[in-house]
Amino acid sequence: MRTAALQRQPETGFGPAVAPVPAPASKSLLRFITCGSVDDGKSTLLGRLLWETHSVFEDQAEALANDSRRFGTTGDTPDLALLVDGLAAEREQGITIDVAYRYFGTANRAFIAADTPGHEQYTRNMATGASTADCAVILIDARKGLLAQTRRHSCIVSMIGVRDVIIAINKMDLVGYDEATFRRIEADYRALIPGLGFTTVHFVPLSAREGDNVAKASAMMPWYSGPSLLTLLETIETSTGEDAKFRLPIQWVNRPNAEFRGFSGTIASGEICPGDSIVALPSGRTSRIARILTPSGDAQSAGAGAAVTLTLADEIDISRGDVLVASGQATRRVTARLLALSETAVVPGKPYLIKLGTAVTGARLIALHHAIDVHDYTERPAAELAMNALGLATLHIETPIYATRYADCRTLGSLLLIDPLTNEAVALGTVEHTAADAGDKKTVQARAGATAFGRIALAAGLIVPGASRDEVMHRISWRIASALLFAGLALAVTGSVTIALGAGFADLVLRPALRVLHDRLWQLGLATRHRPVPPALGIDGGGI
Amino acid sequence: MKPLTHLQKLEAEAIFILREVAATCEKPVLLYSIGKDSAVLLHLAMKAFAPGKLPFPLLHVDTGWKFREMIEFRDATAKRLGLDLLVHINPEGLAQGIGPQSHGSAVHTDVMKTQGLKQALDKFGFDAAFGGARRDEEKSRAKERVFSLRTPDHRWDPKAQRPEPWALFNTRKAKGESFRVFPLSNWTEADVWDYIAQENIPVVPLYFAKPRPVVVRNGALILRDDERFTLLPGETIETRMVRFRTLGCYPLTGAVESEAATLPGILAEMRASRVSERQGRIIDADGASSMEKKKQEGYF
Repeated sequence: MRTAALQRQPETGFGPAVAPVPAPASKSLLRFITCGSVDDGKSTLLGRLLWETHSVFEDQAEALANDSRRFGTTGDTPDLALLVDGLAAEREQGITIDVAYRYFGTANRAFIAADTPGHEQYTRNMATGASTADCAVILIDARKGLLAQTRRHSCIVSMIGVRDVIIAINKMDLVGYDEATFRRIEADYRALIPGLGFTTVHFVPLSAREGDNVAKASAMMPWYSGPSLLTLLETIETSTGEDAKFRLPIQWVNRPNAEFRGFSGTIASGEICPGDSIVALPSGRTSRIARILTPSGDAQSAGAGAAVTLTLADEIDISRGDVLVASGQATRRVTARLLALSETAVVPGKPYLIKLGTAVTGARLIALHHAIDVHDYTERPAAELAMNALGLATLHIETPIYATRYADCRTLGSLLLIDPLTNEAVALGTVEHTAADAGDKKTVQARAGATAFGRIALAAGLIVPGASRDEVMHRISWRIASALLFAGLALAVTGSVTIALGAGFADLVLRPALRVLHDRLWQLGLATRHRPVPPALGIDGGGI
Repeated sequence: MKPLTHLQKLEAEAIFILREVAATCEKPVLLYSIGKDSAVLLHLAMKAFAPGKLPFPLLHVDTGWKFREMIEFRDATAKRLGLDLLVHINPEGLAQGIGPQSHGSAVHTDVMKTQGLKQALDKFGFDAAFGGARRDEEKSRAKERVFSLRTPDHRWDPKAQRPEPWALFNTRKAKGESFRVFPLSNWTEADVWDYIAQENIPVVPLYFAKPRPVVVRNGALILRDDERFTLLPGETIETRMVRFRTLGCYPLTGAVESEAATLPGILAEMRASRVSERQGRIIDADGASSMEKKKQEGYF
């Protein structure tokens, strides 16, 4: 079943020789996406990579031969795209509808490749593929040059935070392996790059169908001295630029018996050791790490990406959706870039659910600042975001949650907006900034050792976590104005300045205290009446 | 802090998914099919909730035609780990005597596996079922989400799958809908074996080569596990050194000739292998979209 193109490089076909594989313990993992416009040859390129890395098995090659005869577009040559187009509708139509994940490896690296669709109507699937990628391979058809989709995909890749990009200029065989064509496309793309925030951009001229510069240097393009695509993927060092602050979104409270109370989750960023102090948000309660349980047992430290269960030195109330941090504060307002995912447009004012980390709560758009034109990257006003549209919006969140800028921590800076009626995800988003960033020094810091005044002021409703400075000032001035009115009334009735001052002071100080007491009593009353409702269900809807 | 290795990343991802389901679904269950993927899944689940117990039961959908060694291993595992194991076998199928030989693989699989699974999920009211399926197994699986939403009739619509960005799984569903959840989505067969070796996870002895009585039928080596398997004229039982790469109903599972009697032997053999593990599965072979169709109908 080896014909034409595949026979050109018999040593890469199916032979007894297999690439040596080192002990898996030292192997790294690279996740990447292939994206590009329709017919740029993404699936063919991925099929070629599988083929060249000996990741196609004999029985799959036989099935490929059968499929190529039925659906193939490459004549007598096996159509490598059929290795990855998995759904019947895709094979029949010759297009990729959904993200397909493929697995292959070389001596040094394991790869998870997401083959994402080119059609505009499936852009959301492309964004999904990009969200877990360390690196993006953007295809450009050498015959066509830059297309609207190239700009769109570059924009989404940039928004999702991929910083390392490989521009694969494909189908070089169809332009006679012409260097001028390659250089022109490279120059066109370089003109786009400013503003996209990429750290590294590589350009590779290749032919997925013929194999040139995919796994090894092409004899047809002696003018290109750079690495092949596979060599690049094997050696590229990617970075997300996230910070190293400790953050752990709580997934599950592990309480097998009265002696053990653990908090389980995957560390989003930073590192932790027993003895480190932490703040639980949104409550602001503090404690110290007692034990760290990892999948390999008790550990003296754990870092980003590890699935852990922590125990704390103090019994504090923590439930799913809370976040343990070294320091920080919760917020009720975030400004985020959104990508609309559903047929139903995203509109300001409509009640949604926000899922951020493990927290789920109500949220609505209070401002849609602009939509972003993905073709020229300009901003224009918009009343709503239709499917596949990008925009910048400010969200008001019903109960305070912990969020960060996406650039600082992807896990706690990414969000999903869900329509509570249809359970459909209507948008994904990346946080640009939070109200907590803006008012960092001006609002109450829910950090270790928050003052007693801070707590009373918080409970009294003078200060709302995440509220802006203006909101806080507004509340305080209103409190003083009320006290002044009360003092004025006392003066008018009694004629005594002393009594008036006393009454005014009492109103200013005692009223908030009374409010705290009153709220506490109500909470106690509610707790007795609604005891059966576990906290996780209240936040999450319990998956109903 | 050293960056996590490939296997540590896969392990953490699977544990995250297991906890996400336990925290957001009402009545999850772990579909335990006794094979190596189930063994890894169970091991990860034990880790995810340690030192606590598993917050969900295990369910084995039996067909009456599993290898005897599988059933022994299943019961021993449940006892050793103190698991809550449920076993369901389609009672109508059993009464009608449905079997792979008498009714063919398509009918047997539909009645005993697909229908049996749906019955069990409905009977116990499970709203989320973990499975050990991997995306590298089969092309239509390569497109399936980690959280695969099923209609109240357990059907899968490949064209209406939910977007799954980052690890922000949308675990909300309407009444009657349920999830099939695949924590091992991003694992390959090699990862599974490497992890079994690293963690010393017990697996069914059928995975290791030893001389076994087999019959060659349609090019496949079938282990005659009991007297119900009738020989056709001209067929003889011969003893060959074989092992299994996947396990299912014994008349539908082909063995491979192998000398790999130990874990290192299996690892070496797998790295040299040029044939995918599903080749031994007779049910995948009918048509290019066979698995996709079965999945739409509610097969795992």
